[in-house]
Amino acid sequence: MNILAKTIGFSLALTLVFTSVTLLLPQVEGEAPVDEKVDLGALTMDDFVAMGERLFNNKGTCTLCHKPAPLGRAPDIAGLDMVATSSKRLADERYKGEAKDAEGYIRESLVDPSKYVVATWGKKGSNDSVSPMPAVNKAPILLSAMEMDAVIAYLQAKDGNEVTVSLPSPEAAAEVAAATPAQGSAAAPVLAATPEEALQKYTCAACHSMTSIDVLVGPGLSDVGARLSVDQIRQSIIDPNAVITEGFPAAMPADFAAKMTVKELEMIVNYLAEKKK
Amino acid sequence: MNNDTVQITGRNRIVLWISLVVALLFGSGGMNIAYAADAGVGSDSVEARIAPIGRVQIEGQEPIPENVVSKTEGEEKELIAAPRPSRGDYPDIGVSSRAVVWVLAQMHLFFAALVLAVPLFVLVIELMGFKTGDERYDDMAHEFMKISLTGFSITAIFGGSLALALFVLYPDLMGYMMRVFGAQWLVYAGLFFLESFFLYTYYYGWKAMRYGNLKWVHLTLGLLLNASGMTIMVLSNSWATFMMAPSGVNEVGAVIGNIWEVMKGPLWNPINLHRFIANIAFGGAVVGAYAAFKFLSTSDPAKRAHYDWMGYTSNFIAILAFLPLPFAGYWLMAEIYAYSQQMGITAMGGILAWLFIVQAVLIGTILLAGNFYLWSGMSRTEGSVRYQPLIKYIAFVLVICFLTWVTPHTLMLSASEIAELGGSHHHILGPLGIMPAKNIAVNLMLVVTFLSFQLYRRSDKIATVSWAKAGNALLVAIYVVAMVNIIFLGVYYGYFTNTVYKVGSSVAQVGSTLVVIIAGIVIDSLMFRNAKTLPSHWGRIPDRSQYALFALPIAFTWLMGLMGYVRSSVKTHWHVYTVMKDNSPDNFIPTIGYAGNMITIVTVLFLLFVLFMFWIANLSATKQSKPVGALEGGAG
Repeated sequence: MNILAKTIGFSLALTLVFTSVTLLLPQVEGEAPVDEKVDLGALTMDDFVAMGERLFNNKGTCTLCHKPAPLGRAPDIAGLDMVATSSKRLADERYKGEAKDAEGYIRESLVDPSKYVVATWGKKGSNDSVSPMPAVNKAPILLSAMEMDAVIAYLQAKDGNEVTVSLPSPEAAAEVAAATPAQGSAAAPVLAATPEEALQKYTCAACHSMTSIDVLVGPGLSDVGARLSVDQIRQSIIDPNAVITEGFPAAMPADFAAKMTVKELEMIVNYLAEKKK
Repeated sequence: MNNDTVQITGRNRIVLWISLVVALLFGSGGMNIAYAADAGVGSDSVEARIAPIGRVQIEGQEPIPENVVSKTEGEEKELIAAPRPSRGDYPDIGVSSRAVVWVLAQMHLFFAALVLAVPLFVLVIELMGFKTGDERYDDMAHEFMKISLTGFSITAIFGGSLALALFVLYPDLMGYMMRVFGAQWLVYAGLFFLESFFLYTYYYGWKAMRYGNLKWVHLTLGLLLNASGMTIMVLSNSWATFMMAPSGVNEVGAVIGNIWEVMKGPLWNPINLHRFIANIAFGGAVVGAYAAFKFLSTSDPAKRAHYDWMGYTSNFIAILAFLPLPFAGYWLMAEIYAYSQQMGITAMGGILAWLFIVQAVLIGTILLAGNFYLWSGMSRTEGSVRYQPLIKYIAFVLVICFLTWVTPHTLMLSASEIAELGGSHHHILGPLGIMPAKNIAVNLMLVVTFLSFQLYRRSDKIATVSWAKAGNALLVAIYVVAMVNIIFLGVYYGYFTNTVYKVGSSVAQVGSTLVVIIAGIVIDSLMFRNAKTLPSHWGRIPDRSQYALFALPIAFTWLMGLMGYVRSSVKTHWHVYTVMKDNSPDNFIPTIGYAGNMITIVTVLFLLFVLFMFWIANLSATKQSKPVGALEGGAG
């Protein structure tokens, strides 16, 4: 019995030593990202920039990699003037994107980071042609178009540069809100300004690949413009069950006609009609 | 309306559905919605344009006969996205669902690890006994099986409880997992029958199949027991790795691959290897505690000798399996980084990074305990006197490395403390906080632990080969060069180049450590062939050394709990990373303190259940003597 008591006593004491070490360390909780509620009517550019900074440090998880040397695993964005840096990268012959200015470059690098990979920071074995950075508009980060705008605003403003992104307007939000049933959470919806934003807003890429003909849930759309006319594309969005591609279930939401503004629908249709690769 | 416009009228919808039903019934077109388009027009026709994805019928025109193409199985599978449960979809039972699952899962895993590992080294020990003809091995192997037998039932009880808790508390997740893995669950369940069959025939047939050809039958049963156990392990590992790095599904979680594609995600094999090795170390440590307890509980010299030998063998298994474990861990982390740099950094550089301080304490404890036991064991033979002066240097290196490993990089400081320190990092200790210093420390600890092991193994032998001096010189040179290389690589590439080279250099450090281990084994096995053997006295070891054998399983158990916390937490707020969000009230990463409390609870619970398991094992060997009255009554 004496041996049993000693054994249990020793084991418990050792266990408690380990427990006490954990209690001595900083107690940090890793919270799941919570969507911010934004009052677009009262939103100022300073608020928008501050929101971008919060997104940069939290939900965007940018600072996991973008840290000062020697800790970083990506260029130290917080320590760089990204507007000046963007100009240099746009002029670099290794740049493969279509952006014309800093705002465009930053947005492009958020959703398609491999368009320009800073030397030595590429994926191992890719000779700096593939970036290890995830697209921030996709899982697991899932920044919305407005959130990406906020991050861009922050990156422009932090070094005293002019902020070129527009504030999400309350009128646009109201228009979208009128067409969209209340979800009871998140930021007010914003009218998409570009086809890419519209596609992002209606999460088309969740089921359709835009860059290939690979099948996700629905068919890939990189060549849809060559296969369907403008009218057919429009109809396939507003009444997707009218004609269904062979081998696919009727999984596409049928309420886009009620959700999209005319402008958004036309932007998406024209954008897709040009995809003829 | 333009003739080219694709539309389907109400009448045609009926035709469509009839056609669909007919197609399904006869398997001709499956779910295809195949309609004719305006035929006979040029390449700009509607049909030509949409042909790659489908065919349409223009209103008012005759349908074109369809081409009958057999569908593949994959095409007929309905694609269903992963569920998106809201907060209200999670049952509320008044206590944290995660805590309930945490305890049950961890208990199941502890016992599963034990009962998977024990038959593995039991089989090896039995084979050794059979080949050498030394029956002590056979007896010890049988005793190992005896003490872990109840563990199989306990594993099943906790496994069933875990499954029940998961289905009740996380119904959407489990529904999705059932859909993804489909019939694999049945295979998994079926394997339990096989494992049980082999377990009972292996254990209860031990004495019946002890010699000659029957022994081979018995060994084969042991092999099949291990094969079914290992298959169970890798199948269940695929669920965990699918949740960390899903494969065989698309962006929204719909299954697009077959079961093999779902299982063979990027982390599956690294986890398989890591768990396989860790289980052996863990199993060795637990049965070592049994031996230590029995050693301390008896004063019979023969029994003390037996349990000393049993404890030594257990420690040998635990430490030998433990040595390559960090390298399997490197592989796992490298694959995690390759799959998602974000996930890797969340584990190693984000809020979870702090737990590696605790991991350092645990691994330091394991290495110190393992070394201490080896040094104590040297008292069994007089030949160890030659090597004892080296122990203090090994201890010095271990302690320095241990302190380096536990040095944190940053601390939560007040403004005045930061001012006093001259920054958030101490100018001398700060550099010791980052990974290059830790890599140097862990590799040196492994090297000197292997040195302890090697010295112990040598202590009862004297080499008789002519090249013994040269061999020793070569070995010393290998140790020195490897240790210098480990330090140089860590310092130069860790502090004077960027992160990419830092990671690359750690592989070379691991290589240096492996070279020492392999060279040590090869040189010693050649040098001590036909060596003169000095007498060893089993049982001649201080009692305090046995506490090292208790420290090992406690530290291993705690370490497994800690690593379970990080493995699960790197998924952050996702049930299945990137495809199914966790919207439960527990979708945050708990603090390290909370995790510490949970791990302590499961460790203590495990300790109690292990004591029960050992008690049951001894109960079967206990025989009540007939009461005196009964004896008299019987006589009368």
